[in-house]
Amino acid sequence: MSVLQHALDLKQSSATSGMAPAGEAVAVAKLIDISRCIGCKACQSACLEWNERREEVGVNTGYYENPHDLTENTWTLMRYAEVEQDNGDLEWLIRKDGCMHCADPGCLKACPAPGAIVQYTNGLVDFISENCIGCGYCIKGCPFDIPRLSQADQKVYKCTLCSDRVAVGQGPACAKACPTHAIMFGTKAEMTDWAGQRIEDLKERGYQNAGLYDPPGVGGTHVMYVLKHADQPEIYSNLPKDPQISPLVDLWKGVTKPFALAGIGLMALLGIVHYVRTGPNEVAPEDEEQARRTLENPKS
Amino acid sequence: MTNTWADIKNADLVVIMGGNAAEAHPCGFKWVTEAKHYNKAKLIVVDPRFTRSAAMSDLYMPIRPGSDIAFLGGVINYLVSNDKIHKDYVLNYTNAAYIVKAEYGFEDGLFTGYNAEKRDYDRKSWDYELGEDGFVKVDPSLQDPRCVYQLMKAHYARYTPEMVSRITGTPVDKFTKACEWIAETAAPDKAMTSMYALGWTQHSKGSQNIRGMAIVQLLLGNIGVAGGGMNALRGHSNIQGLTDLGLMSNLIPGYLTLPLDKEQDYPTYMSTRQFKPLRPGQTSYWQNYPKFFVSFLKSMYGTAATKDNAFGYDWLPKLDVTYDVLRAFELMHQGKINGYFCQGFNPLLSFPNRGKIQAALASLKYLVVMDPLATETASFWENHGVHNDVDPGQVQTEVFRLPTTCFAEEAGSLTNSGRWLQWHWAGATPPGEAKTDVWIMTQLYRKLRELYAAEGGKLPEPILNLSWPYSTPDDPTTDEIAQEINGKALADVRDLKDPAKILARAGQQLDGFAQLRDDGSTTSGCWIYSGCYTKKGNQMARRDNADPSDSGLAPNWAWSWPANRRVLYNRASCDLEGKPYNPKHALIEWNGEKWAGVDIPDFVATSAPEAGAGPFIMNAEGTARLFTRGMMKDGPFPEHYEPFEAPVENVLHPKVGPNPVARVFKGDLEVFGKPDEFPYVATTYRLTEHFHFWTKHALINAILQPEEFVEIGEALAAEKGVKTGDRIQVHSNRGTVEAVAVVTKRIRPLTVDGKTIHTVGIPIHWGFKGEARKGYGANRLTPYVGDANIETPEFKAFLVDVTKVAAAVS
Amino acid sequence: MKQPSGTLARYTVGARVNHWVNGLVLVLLALSGLALFHPSLFFLTGLFGGGILTRVLHPWFGVALIVTFAGLFFRFWRYNIWDRTDTQWLNRIRDVLAARDENLPEVGRYNAGQKLVFWLMTWLILILFVSGLTLWEEQLGSYFTIGQKRVGAVVHALAAVSIIGVWIVHMYAAFWVKGTTSAMTKGRVTGGWAWKHHRKWLREEAAKVQR
Repeated sequence: MSVLQHALDLKQSSATSGMAPAGEAVAVAKLIDISRCIGCKACQSACLEWNERREEVGVNTGYYENPHDLTENTWTLMRYAEVEQDNGDLEWLIRKDGCMHCADPGCLKACPAPGAIVQYTNGLVDFISENCIGCGYCIKGCPFDIPRLSQADQKVYKCTLCSDRVAVGQGPACAKACPTHAIMFGTKAEMTDWAGQRIEDLKERGYQNAGLYDPPGVGGTHVMYVLKHADQPEIYSNLPKDPQISPLVDLWKGVTKPFALAGIGLMALLGIVHYVRTGPNEVAPEDEEQARRTLENPKS
Repeated sequence: MTNTWADIKNADLVVIMGGNAAEAHPCGFKWVTEAKHYNKAKLIVVDPRFTRSAAMSDLYMPIRPGSDIAFLGGVINYLVSNDKIHKDYVLNYTNAAYIVKAEYGFEDGLFTGYNAEKRDYDRKSWDYELGEDGFVKVDPSLQDPRCVYQLMKAHYARYTPEMVSRITGTPVDKFTKACEWIAETAAPDKAMTSMYALGWTQHSKGSQNIRGMAIVQLLLGNIGVAGGGMNALRGHSNIQGLTDLGLMSNLIPGYLTLPLDKEQDYPTYMSTRQFKPLRPGQTSYWQNYPKFFVSFLKSMYGTAATKDNAFGYDWLPKLDVTYDVLRAFELMHQGKINGYFCQGFNPLLSFPNRGKIQAALASLKYLVVMDPLATETASFWENHGVHNDVDPGQVQTEVFRLPTTCFAEEAGSLTNSGRWLQWHWAGATPPGEAKTDVWIMTQLYRKLRELYAAEGGKLPEPILNLSWPYSTPDDPTTDEIAQEINGKALADVRDLKDPAKILARAGQQLDGFAQLRDDGSTTSGCWIYSGCYTKKGNQMARRDNADPSDSGLAPNWAWSWPANRRVLYNRASCDLEGKPYNPKHALIEWNGEKWAGVDIPDFVATSAPEAGAGPFIMNAEGTARLFTRGMMKDGPFPEHYEPFEAPVENVLHPKVGPNPVARVFKGDLEVFGKPDEFPYVATTYRLTEHFHFWTKHALINAILQPEEFVEIGEALAAEKGVKTGDRIQVHSNRGTVEAVAVVTKRIRPLTVDGKTIHTVGIPIHWGFKGEARKGYGANRLTPYVGDANIETPEFKAFLVDVTKVAAAVS
Repeated sequence: MKQPSGTLARYTVGARVNHWVNGLVLVLLALSGLALFHPSLFFLTGLFGGGILTRVLHPWFGVALIVTFAGLFFRFWRYNIWDRTDTQWLNRIRDVLAARDENLPEVGRYNAGQKLVFWLMTWLILILFVSGLTLWEEQLGSYFTIGQKRVGAVVHALAAVSIIGVWIVHMYAAFWVKGTTSAMTKGRVTGGWAWKHHRKWLREEAAKVQR
């Protein structure tokens, strides 16, 4: 959330083209192993601490979630879902919600402000507040409903994956705080490999549909989940089954942009061509004469 | 804990019952996840609610609050009747073969010797039959009907799976499956660990809950082995240390006991603390009691303690009754205690029956509160509307608040559940006028001493003779206190077998309790801590986390009592020949000359297996006790008794419902509720977002869990027309709590003895001070009765009614 | 009514002020909107004091446009009702573009092209306004779902491009047809201009003068 974070090399930057290609960095990832997550909210606490964000003390509305949704200060939120299995047994599926750091980030695609959203070569997607104009386009671009607009400063915030920590070789604060190692951080290859071991363990325990959530629709993500029920991600508090950047956003930020400008340019060009070919449409003296007559004698 | 946190990763099966480790001990729960991943361990969770721990389990089953002994008795019955026990272990390392007196018996819910009027037992018959040699008679065939094994088998034969289900509400199929998994760990190379906490202790039969599982673990041979044990998960960071240093009114440090009224002189006191071995060749380590006791007195009274005055024995208080917290507040309530020092404690919210606690505090002349936080107790006289509805004008108690530093503002040690003494350093400067507890206590002591010196008064010696050997008497350092607790040599301490060898020179720190002497030549403030601060320095400050054996023991990290041993009774991890039962997780073994291994042997290191000493060296038997003789007030075997407020009769013996020897004060009996008026079972508990009544003072914790709530199941909510988020009132016969209803699938109604029983869950964390929203506090509801042995209040099972609060007209 | 020799009154002062304010607002909207629409035009935010101010001002310009355009609409809507000659005129659009006015029917106050501009402006402004509301995060963000906002974004972009197109046509027509701009600058047109382009209107005006 600060320009200081440019310590990391940029791969993409919002509303910016023709960037000099940066050296390829090793892709990193955060792995959230839901089968080891006890929902203790240490990650939420660490996130508030490290990023120096605070909320108002809220209320209980009949659920364990607090605050009740992601906010400009709560960049990660534990969501709790009570799901009854077919045999009547209960599962309490607790998911740490927050930015997924898509390889193909819808927020960045939607952002009109140069440099307000960047993707580093290691895959992290970061909001650079200094460049954010507060339009909220990223909110529409995000397939996971993550960014939140602050009413205080009209800028949009979300998990940075602690890019400031990662830039100096540390893992994100949430992973550091997690007591059960349910949140791990490392290279994406390592995390995928570790997830494989976890999935094997879960399959041995009878979770035949255990799997890794790294949705291809957004090019894969740099925050991944190990799910006991990877076939039904939606039971984890509406984790999208096949997320992708909305076709509307693609349309808006894709073909519309060049075609619109080209269309406008074409219109102008047509005008010029027409003028050159046709010349000015001028009133002749005879017209004035006719008019004078008419005005004097309307009946004529 | 018999074992240690990191050792949990060695378990093959983890049973969380009587606790909710994931919720209340999230950092420790890490080792369960490690066991699951690396050791392919399974996790069973038994709890009235589907908890955060249950969410991680391989097998969850519900249980009615207060029926744990029925469940555990059922497990014992399963193991014994299906012969799923670790035979070798049970025969050699427990008292299974010991013959019990013919007079002992059990009938209709009562053991022999019951006196209804006194609500107490004459426990003489609960003992072994001794032979002419003075040793206990045994039957190694385990067939004698009077042997412990057969008595136990008979006792638990009533606890069939159907009976278990009828009492606990646990489905038979789930219960049987749990028994099967548990039974698998009877194999010598398999271990099960038991993780429990207040879910077992906070009952009128809390100690027996734990005994129930201890018996299971002994039958399976799971005590003293890696990945096994009885592991009490302590709530406060240093509650283990507090217990070790003599928290209870009848204890002095190191689990030595305070003299009783009838023990007016030292020889009388010692006569009941000889701990003569009950079997041939046994160590019976408590025979060293005088060494620990005299060293403690020397540490208390210094040069004033001499052989001639029995080291100041007379200056110790002589106890008439135990002054547990329930009795203390009862006496306060009666006006018999009229001054109270409350140090790091918030009884207005912590103790049962808030109304009574409030009245008790209001009848004090003075109250001194030492705490880093502005506690509710210190402000019990303030009016906070419905959240503390008192008239300050009616409270005459004078309240002194002495702000203290918190742990992060001072150096010192904390003893964790695994008995590790971990030194920490001050990380911050105390705010405002906050002073350390040591400084405050020092000023009080010096003032009192001045007064006693000037005015004399009744028995001034204990104060005037107190040893105060600190370099700055006005402000002792924790480093000095730690050294004093460890103990030092006052004269040269010589090897008992080789007197030419000097183990410690006069003035030197001792290496451990083996160097303590009963002749006044050593000091030690707490014998079990001896070794924590030796001549090599502060062992608690060691920070080498190397764990070469990958056993989780990390022997050079901090220091654990006793003697830096990480797994208690570890001799029991080896067979009679001294070979590890489970070579994969070997702790120690006999190498032909001595016991050695990755842990410090809990045994005389040079005692060869052939010598026949049993592994439970603290017991006079040398073995572990399935049958506890007269040591427990409420029976040598755990028996299912109902909570004092129960929704059903005790189906095992309707005439004896609750624990027949649990103490109930007059006035408290009258306010126990009956199921016709209060039909639902309530239980109280902690949430992971909060630590007791502290963290509501911290903004982030208050953000994460801001407001008081009560959990009810969907079925009860439907009956009451309550939707999640509605406000409800929970009433017991002592008070009412109004809070937000969290309607959940995680609490289901249970069928108990044919009746549908709903459970109401009440988190405890809210009061009227701090950052979080004000709340009523769960202890308005809870009953004023404690465990029969140690008086831990029955917070986990009582009766309530629930009503919906009509929506406010806006 | 006193008239300068040979000219006719076409727009009152009020109408002209209204038109130019409206036009100015539309230009501001286009510039600020384009700045947020395409990265290569983001530099246009400099005109408004930076990206943040551009984002703040753009929706308020939109509100201003609705107000100013409502003025124009209620002034002119009745002159823009479609009639049969409009269809004939439109069918001979080739003659229009080739300036062969002699082949066209006599036109009243507005020709079909002008009417089309009027109605397109009306509808596009309405569409832009409504879709713009869904994008106004600062004020209205909580009232719309993300799905609605995404539809809003696409509709807003397409409508904006369209209205710019209409605006270009409008501008070009005024530039190409000499004598037109004075209607909006001075409020008057020459009789010859009226004879050539709006003969029916000229006759009507002449009849009025007679009366």
